[in-house]
Amino acid sequence: MRHLLSIADLNKSEAISILDTATELARVSDGAVKKLPTLRGRTIVNLFAEDSTRTRISFEAAAKRLSADVINFSAKGSSVSKGESLKDTAMTLQAMGADAVVIRHSASGAAQRLADSQWMSGSVINAGDGTHEHPSQALLDAFTIRKHLGMGASDLAGLNVAIVGDILHSRVARSNVLLLAMLGAKVTLVAPPTLLPVGIQNWPATVSYDFDSVIPHVDVVMMLRVQQERMSDLFFPNAREYSRYFGLNGERMASMKSGAIVMHPGPMNRGLEISAEVADSARSVITEQVTNGVSVRMAILYVLLAGGALEVGSN
Amino acid sequence: MSVALSAQDITRALTRISHEILEKNQGSANIVLLGIPTRGAHLATRISSIITSIEGSEPPTGTLDITLFRDDLRMRPPRAIMPTKIPTSGIEGKDVILVDDVLFSGRTIRAALDALGEIGRPRTVQLAALVDRGHRELPIKADFIGKNLPTSKNQSVRVLLSEIDGRDEVTIEEGAEL
Repeated sequence: MRHLLSIADLNKSEAISILDTATELARVSDGAVKKLPTLRGRTIVNLFAEDSTRTRISFEAAAKRLSADVINFSAKGSSVSKGESLKDTAMTLQAMGADAVVIRHSASGAAQRLADSQWMSGSVINAGDGTHEHPSQALLDAFTIRKHLGMGASDLAGLNVAIVGDILHSRVARSNVLLLAMLGAKVTLVAPPTLLPVGIQNWPATVSYDFDSVIPHVDVVMMLRVQQERMSDLFFPNAREYSRYFGLNGERMASMKSGAIVMHPGPMNRGLEISAEVADSARSVITEQVTNGVSVRMAILYVLLAGGALEVGSN
Repeated sequence: MSVALSAQDITRALTRISHEILEKNQGSANIVLLGIPTRGAHLATRISSIITSIEGSEPPTGTLDITLFRDDLRMRPPRAIMPTKIPTSGIEGKDVILVDDVLFSGRTIRAALDALGEIGRPRTVQLAALVDRGHRELPIKADFIGKNLPTSKNQSVRVLLSEIDGRDEVTIEEGAEL
């Protein structure tokens, strides 16, 4: 495996091996020493052409714990804002000797373009491309679910997961549906019809418009951010109505199964899709998702970068 | 293929190594056994139970995975990371006995020393290996050896243990290790 562009690039055993590697690496993060020499001398570039807090910091922390050198590059304050193309940017990074590029871009397929081109020779890791995919987020979500509800199993067979909200604009939802279904979970998408993409019937998931009827049956409620910056149209009448039908508040949380957890990829719109009461409750694993994100991204970097190009065969 | 150690030979060697560890460290009070996965971990467990039967108390026993500290990572496809379990007593000020199946180039042990350095500062670090096959590439030597097996670099040594392979046996085969 050279790139991580989409969950569709992974098979089940590869996905599980990333989760297992992350489990071992999490023990490192828990220990007194948080640094490993594994990627010493490698250069990882964080190329962020779109705003991010969690993902960028998480990849940076993961790379640094594995002793890689990290170069942060954001569109604001770089030549990208002067109109430099992705190609010229990539060729610059290649000239600097980047071993891997973690790319976030507002255009769907930007990571694929970078990987397929001959512009650079390093690994490409998709950290979110437009409304397409965000594979590292899905892996950390699966890791978090497995840790809480997996009961020692390697996959997520038999678990019910509801993904609620702005499915249309959500790369997190796309990656999660693919990965969770691959790991054996049953996924239900809950959203107003206006926020569901065309072709949703072909996804490995069921669709519901009624949050209240879904919530008592699921083990995981994953709330999605309402992505106002991507909304050029009016998708629901007003925020209060959206919140009433598709928001997770204390009252809805009370009807959840015992042991069920609440997730959110962040950043949250408190008061819109999730109430502060829920976000700060004991069911919420939202800050833990951030912690797990570092271990999972360490595992991704390890799997993509630690092995050499020379395939000698394993014993 | 030739059999270098039978199941009985392995048991005898581990019993002798256990006694030597106790002799050198004047008992088991300050020792910590750390096996290097996969087979070293099982050998450490066996040595631990032999020491328990001699001394009456169980020495702290764990595993130390050295994958992330290897210097040949770039020359091979990525390997699975195995569990590292350090006993709760820790290794600070202890006499740590590293246990591995085959001592060859010494690079695994170098990586293990680096890994230990990240965890703490033991009083001493000692090395027990079931087989020493020579061909060291680093200035490393074992304190406790089950058997010295003179081999050529074109041969490979296979250690089979009942916990994983269903039977105990050490064999020498023609053909260099990958």
